[in-house]
Amino acid sequence: MKRNIPQEIEPLKALQEFTSARIAIGRVGTSIPLKQSLEFKLAHAHARDAVYSELDLGKLTDTLKHFGLPVLHLQSKVTDRRQYLQRPDLGRRLNEVSLNELNGYNVESDVAIIVVDGLSATAVKKNAVGLLDALIPLLLANGLKLAPISLVEQGRVAIGDDIGYGLNAKLSLILIGERPGLSAADSLGAYLTYNPKPGLTDESRNCVSNIRHKGLTYKKAAKKIFYLINEAFKRKLSGVELKDNAGLIES
Amino acid sequence: MYRHNIHHRVYKFPDLKALLGKASPYRSGDELAGLCSGGYEERVAAQITLADVPLKNFLNEVVIPYEDDEITRLIIDEHDEVAFSHISHLTVGELRDWLLSDETDCATLTTIAPGLTPEMVAAVSKLMRNQDLIAMANKCQVVTRFRNTIGLKGHFSTRLQPNHPTDDPRGVAASIIDGLLFGSGDAVIGINPATDSPAAVSSLLSLMDELRHRFEIPTQTCVLSHITTTLQLVNEGAPVDLCFQSIAGTEKANASFGVNLSLIEEAYQATLSLKRGTVGNNVMYFETGQGSALSANANFGVDQQTCEVRAYAVARKFKPLLVNTVVGFIGPEYLYDGKQIIRAALEDHFCGKLLGLPMGVDVCYTNHAEADQDDMDNLLTLLGVAGCNFVMGIPGSDDIMLNYQSTSFHDALYLRKVLGLKPAPEFDQWLIKQGIIDDRGNMLPVSEHGLLGGF
Repeated sequence: MKRNIPQEIEPLKALQEFTSARIAIGRVGTSIPLKQSLEFKLAHAHARDAVYSELDLGKLTDTLKHFGLPVLHLQSKVTDRRQYLQRPDLGRRLNEVSLNELNGYNVESDVAIIVVDGLSATAVKKNAVGLLDALIPLLLANGLKLAPISLVEQGRVAIGDDIGYGLNAKLSLILIGERPGLSAADSLGAYLTYNPKPGLTDESRNCVSNIRHKGLTYKKAAKKIFYLINEAFKRKLSGVELKDNAGLIES
Repeated sequence: MYRHNIHHRVYKFPDLKALLGKASPYRSGDELAGLCSGGYEERVAAQITLADVPLKNFLNEVVIPYEDDEITRLIIDEHDEVAFSHISHLTVGELRDWLLSDETDCATLTTIAPGLTPEMVAAVSKLMRNQDLIAMANKCQVVTRFRNTIGLKGHFSTRLQPNHPTDDPRGVAASIIDGLLFGSGDAVIGINPATDSPAAVSSLLSLMDELRHRFEIPTQTCVLSHITTTLQLVNEGAPVDLCFQSIAGTEKANASFGVNLSLIEEAYQATLSLKRGTVGNNVMYFETGQGSALSANANFGVDQQTCEVRAYAVARKFKPLLVNTVVGFIGPEYLYDGKQIIRAALEDHFCGKLLGLPMGVDVCYTNHAEADQDDMDNLLTLLGVAGCNFVMGIPGSDDIMLNYQSTSFHDALYLRKVLGLKPAPEFDQWLIKQGIIDDRGNMLPVSEHGLLGGF
């Protein structure tokens, strides 16, 4: 779209090099010029679409097969997206069918990888496999035994507690779509919890955020997660204490 | 026990706390907490019941026990019996009608404010339509001062919010300059820091203080760090104008923020002692928001709006320059959509003003809420009519650090234009002197302004 940018903002344009904030966007009267107004609207549209995006279970399962692990399909207690947004408590718990499904896989393991739609299935679709391609070889090379991979619909971070516990894993690693922002609607977050069990809170977890092509790259994210997992096993804990003591964890 | 019959159906409410929850206009957070009414009729039955509750009951029946909660103790211990005597004969419903009557003016409201408890104010707001909330807030005038005068009738201020994801000083400065050239920043230039390290906060404070001195800007600056960080920096001699803290309406919720009344008092006294204000000494800046107590699992069965108003009891103890309800930041599990966000903002603004607080509103939403810019335009306009003291000013509405959308620099220009409002008088004069606006308040073209050369 071509439109005239008002002349007067040219001197201000130089400031844009210092921040990605929407500065020096000019004005028409007291309003934001149309071009910038529509750019904002488009970014918001991407974020909204991401919130309502859904996991393509078939496709994801096919892609995940090359890791040679069973892939489970699980659901939270949430019935639809509207409820998901209003009842985080229900998104933290598995429904009965899914809980029963876990019974068949109660074999002791080190790490349970749990892929959750969260607030952006788009983020999972774009980044989960790429991250696992970088991470799983690191885990296996270190002799860690992996539980089946879980794919979870309408889940929140804490649903990994039910799953990790049900799968009898020493540590749960949740990969979840983060709340979409205007600058990125496809950020994946990774949360790890040592000794997962129902009823834990966020202070028991460590988080690696903003995993995406233009954010924290798969390779860097995998390295960081791998480091945290090793530390968690060494210290037999995760969460605030792990973070405080390490000092090595850079953003 | 409170009760009411509608068509042979008896509605019973075991106590005031339950009645307040059931009488609340619907919002997702009360549903999440299991406190809201089961249906439309029950909600109105609760409101009819609440209307008949004498105000005196609120002094005898607290919603969180006196022994368990220092905010309840604050509310009860500092209640002003003399101020209350003007309205002590009224019920909640009669208070609503009395407030709205032509005879009740701003001076009267100021007189009775210390006699009102947060629970009385929350209760009366539940009986009011949005129009009542706006009309009543518009009647109140709460003026505060530090280096300028905020809250005068006919004036409307903004907090310039130049956040940056890594606190990069040049990135922050670029947003500040952009904002100043849009006439933003008379309430405060206030940065949410990405990290709470004292060194980083101190360097941001120095950056802003230097800029303010160099261009002789009649405003105040603030880094919204934790109060313990600010206290440390005050003691180290950093240029702290305002002391910031997020607060909530229960002792336990405040504990989850790492604060209590005595800590706030200590920081308040320390900041006062710097005597940096030129036209006044309101040195505190508080932020609040419905849902914070529930999210800290510290609501004790009290609905989220009543919890919010209890936070205002904390705020008013420390004579703040600014109180900002960050209404749409918390997310759809507490306020689901534009309708709920708008209602909550108007409640917070009215309740705060009635209690004598200099209320501003962060007109905002997150991407998982059912809201968009149109909802924010509606809310901003309603708040302008209600006489809101200030809103945020953020480049293009997009906070790239906190990842939510609030009001832009342009939004404040719009509101000032359509409602004929001006910035704080001292700041208005500065903008004219700097050639940023003309004496009728119109924006002038940005040429090679000195602020740009100073970068």
